[in-house]
Amino acid sequence: MLAKRIIPCLDVRNGKVVKGVNFEGIKDVGDPVASAKEYNRQGADEIVFYDITASYEGRGVFLDVVRETAKQVFVPLTVGGGIKTVDDIRETLRAGADKVSVNSQAVQNPQLVHDGADIFGSQCICVGIDAKKIADNKWTVYINGGRVDMGIDLIDWVKKVEQLGAGEICLNSIDADGTKAGFDIPMLDAVCRAVSIPVIASGGAGKIEDFSEVFEKTGATAALAASLFHFKELTVGQVKEYCRGKGVIMR
Amino acid sequence: MIAVIDYGAGNIFSVKNALDHLGMESELTSDAQKITAADGIILPGVGAFPEAMRMLQKSGLIPTIREEAHKKPFLGICLGMQLLFEKGYEFEECEGLGLIEGSVIKMEEPDLIIPHMGWNRLERLNPCPLMNDLPEDSYVYFVHSYKAECEDKYIAAYSEYGGRVPALVTDGSTVFGAQFHPEKSGDVGLQILRNFGGLIK
Repeated sequence: MLAKRIIPCLDVRNGKVVKGVNFEGIKDVGDPVASAKEYNRQGADEIVFYDITASYEGRGVFLDVVRETAKQVFVPLTVGGGIKTVDDIRETLRAGADKVSVNSQAVQNPQLVHDGADIFGSQCICVGIDAKKIADNKWTVYINGGRVDMGIDLIDWVKKVEQLGAGEICLNSIDADGTKAGFDIPMLDAVCRAVSIPVIASGGAGKIEDFSEVFEKTGATAALAASLFHFKELTVGQVKEYCRGKGVIMR
Repeated sequence: MIAVIDYGAGNIFSVKNALDHLGMESELTSDAQKITAADGIILPGVGAFPEAMRMLQKSGLIPTIREEAHKKPFLGICLGMQLLFEKGYEFEECEGLGLIEGSVIKMEEPDLIIPHMGWNRLERLNPCPLMNDLPEDSYVYFVHSYKAECEDKYIAAYSEYGGRVPALVTDGSTVFGAQFHPEKSGDVGLQILRNFGGLIK
């Protein structure tokens, strides 16, 4: 049986982890390669790097980080942020990413998802989505880090994304993000029912029970968290052990 | 030296990275002479079956691969594993390398999430040197939408996903195929690659 995945996400700016991780034994708390290795040691099923660099120079440094991580960590590596063209996808994959994650750009230019899937295969195109509730069982899609409401219905969008050839969706709930009150179960459930590609749950994880809950109540195949793991509130290993105890299949 | 065949498909650097990490000497190449001279061969691949066969055709490497695969350890990874079979049915019927009897078909089960993406457990069926020293509970990383269909005797291990998915196949001699990505399967995957290296004289 397929195991559910636990995915730590690292935000990287100018080659350094934002809100540096303070793991034991790591001298440079901002070193993304060292952090990725630590997450790997904890049993992370996949690692996400999110580039929040604005500059061209920063991009080069970021890709060096990806390259170095791919030489040392042998689990799947997903890279998001700043990917606007097919060439960006190619460059990122060549640096050693296994998948790229596109968010705002997919909304503004859906052809990018189609072309990326066509050229590199669906398996390496993950579409990230930020969505917010507007009524019962109704959500709309936002872009630019959750700042701009595009007025697009979430369910219509996820179906379109699947049709365009995306291999996976990473669904972030703007309402749940940062609350630590748990994943957005109704939204995730609605999306998992609407598509037949894998869905990663993102946003809202605050305690260990949130992870088993999302796997028990929705069809999500993976759960992603950033600050929870950054700030060592929980380790990936603790989360996996807890879920396993609840009967969720874990690697 | 292991020749990692570079025919323009997929992320071949991850395979190279893993071999480097293990201290296994390797070279990315599309040169028939180098492949012939190598002690072992790895055929990676991500993408679609017909396109990969077309690229191999264009590279002129197919006769070399068919011949050398029976002479020294040969490992196909992901799409590279699927290409080992006689036929593929991704988009169109397409001839494969024909190193193992069987074909590659779409995974279709109601309510099955496709692609089969993530970590799944290896269920052992037949002994295989690539599974030496693996823990009882071994998970490996898969990403694919098509699967091999072949006789049990070729299946060293399978995973459960809407039925049996052949995970590790072999002709019982020099040809091996991994549907999963050993280079992305953590310590278990590295051990499988190490075992492959161990077969090289």
